[in-house]
Amino acid sequence: MSFLSHLISGISLGSIYAIIALGYTMVYGIAKMLNFAHGDVIMVGAYACFFIASRYELPVVLGVLVAMLVCTLLGVIIERLAYKPLRSASSLAVLITAIGMSYFLQNAAQLMWTSNPKVFRSVVGDKSLKLFGGQLSISAIAIVTVATCIVIMLGLTWFTGRTKMGKAMRACSEDKGAAQLMGINVNATISMTFAIGSALAAIAGVLLCSMYPTLMPTTGSMPGIKAFTAAVFGGIGSIPGAMLGGILLGIIEIFGKAYVSTQLSDAIVFVVLIVILLVKPAGLLGKQVQEKV
Amino acid sequence: MKKLLCILLAVMMLAALAACGDSGSANPSSAPAGEPSAAPAGEASAAPEAPAAAAFKIGGTGPLTGGAAIYGQAARNGAQIAVEEINALGDVQFELNYQDDEHDAEKAVNAYNTLKDWGMQISLGSVTSTPGVATSVENDADRIFAITPSASAVAVTEGKNNVFQMCFADPNQGSASAQYISDQQLGTKIAVIYKNDDVYSTGIYDTFRIKAAELGLDIVSSTTFTEDSQQDFSVQLADAKNNGADLIFLPMYYTPASLIFQQAKSMDYVTKYFGVDGMDGILTLEGFNKELAEGVILLTPFNADSTDERTVSFVEKYKSVYGEVPNQFAADGYDCIYAIYQAIKSGGATSDLSASDINDILVAQFTSMSFDGITGDDMTWSANGQVTKGPKGTVIENGSYVGLD
Repeated sequence: MSFLSHLISGISLGSIYAIIALGYTMVYGIAKMLNFAHGDVIMVGAYACFFIASRYELPVVLGVLVAMLVCTLLGVIIERLAYKPLRSASSLAVLITAIGMSYFLQNAAQLMWTSNPKVFRSVVGDKSLKLFGGQLSISAIAIVTVATCIVIMLGLTWFTGRTKMGKAMRACSEDKGAAQLMGINVNATISMTFAIGSALAAIAGVLLCSMYPTLMPTTGSMPGIKAFTAAVFGGIGSIPGAMLGGILLGIIEIFGKAYVSTQLSDAIVFVVLIVILLVKPAGLLGKQVQEKV
Repeated sequence: MKKLLCILLAVMMLAALAACGDSGSANPSSAPAGEPSAAPAGEASAAPEAPAAAAFKIGGTGPLTGGAAIYGQAARNGAQIAVEEINALGDVQFELNYQDDEHDAEKAVNAYNTLKDWGMQISLGSVTSTPGVATSVENDADRIFAITPSASAVAVTEGKNNVFQMCFADPNQGSASAQYISDQQLGTKIAVIYKNDDVYSTGIYDTFRIKAAELGLDIVSSTTFTEDSQQDFSVQLADAKNNGADLIFLPMYYTPASLIFQQAKSMDYVTKYFGVDGMDGILTLEGFNKELAEGVILLTPFNADSTDERTVSFVEKYKSVYGEVPNQFAADGYDCIYAIYQAIKSGGATSDLSASDINDILVAQFTSMSFDGITGDDMTWSANGQVTKGPKGTVIENGSYVGLD
């Protein structure tokens, strides 16, 4: 029974990593850049929802919507101000800008909201589902998180596969120059990607803080890094890969803690990552792209 | 692609490292603050009757802004109340000057130097441990006596013969906790969850473990977390539950503790919790459901609800001046000033002596005297600067701290 309950904690933790990883992987797939500020956008989303739903006690749905709106705007503004001018610069310059943006957001949040931790009120309450005569309990937030994660993954797969905008995104991801020649507005497509990725970040922030209700300016940074790991693990650029990577990472982390050692859980996660990348350098579901010189 | 992934992996690890470093130290230091030199005018003039030549100049550094500001401001406010009370008595005059160190070691040394230029004769060290380790080295080198209200790390006093602590040193909290649990028969099967990348938490755990073994307490579960994994405690709690622990000892600050309480509740796990002074402050956490902490016992040297006459008067004054109930740090600051006052009177020090002469007198007094304060009775100090005093058990009842003894 404890195995099952560990498995459930692992899947729900992993689903949060997966939603964050989807944001990383989309931006990487289309803009070929690592948006390290993604984790901090999550934190901003969580603060937005905290102020609406916990401090002013307005309806939770409103909180989530405002958080998504704030994050979408923030994502698009960050892209416009910080990344767009560097579109033709070296990828290293963009990477450093993204890390800088991440620190900027953290410190700005600290100035505005102080670093005193705040307790986030769960958006679904603290109910739980009891199975096997109460031996196994699954919290409502875990169920909501896993369901949300699956819905988002299916939605994104449909969006990139079937809609016009999604096709434009895939075209940009394969060859920006050619896509532009075919009449696709590359800049608008990239902005759209950031908007979607950031809206997902808001959802991830709300779910993350509903599950682990301490909210601080650094709340997003470690889950962000773990989710990036998950994205690489599953094959960066691949949407099902991000989902698979996230959930596996969550399960490995919890099982590592439960059956090996609480001291070594992070080490185990990263050792598994290194082994996977040695065997499959493109990640679990990543495509091996031949680079022509 | 392979090459790219290698770069990615390298960058990711770098970022992970950066994140680790950041979460520990950068928080407080990055908060807004005036330059240290901008502060003294306001602080010094806070003493009402800025006395002329006869006053002892006491300086201290602490985080007055930033993430740890709650501790620095409390210690300064507590000390300020004591200074005003003593000045009103008339026989010895004090002038207090607190400088901001933003909980940053480098800024603390700068602030210390500002105080030295001002003519500091006696030092209150630093409020928090990391800056405290840095300024205590200066205190030792300059022969300026220091007693810190709350910098509890062993490294603050280690190897320096003129740096003293008003708070418990970290290891003492561990053995005092085990002693208290055993004396009050709170439990025999103990689970411990501690933060293994934090010197405060591991320091307490190490001595707790040794003392618990001596007293026959059985540690049935011992699990850890780190700065990077302080969100999910389901495994640690399940381990405690499966091993039949009847009490969980939590040597940590209140932020992760609040998550532990919440997750235990969602698992329907009911047990007793025992915390240390880092738990002090959990009730002020914004949005925290106080019912979760109901029944939590913590060992803290100060209890604002005490009916002791001096404590009552201190709490009243603090409330009327600063508008809030003083915490342990405020009480430590208050006691520091009174301990210095007692040592000055019994040692016959005068304010025209140099800092190093005062240092010698105070060191001799502190290692031989016994002091009654609001954070403990019959306090004595060993030559290595650590205090010996009886801890007070406090339990959280109906959303407030209630003294147990």
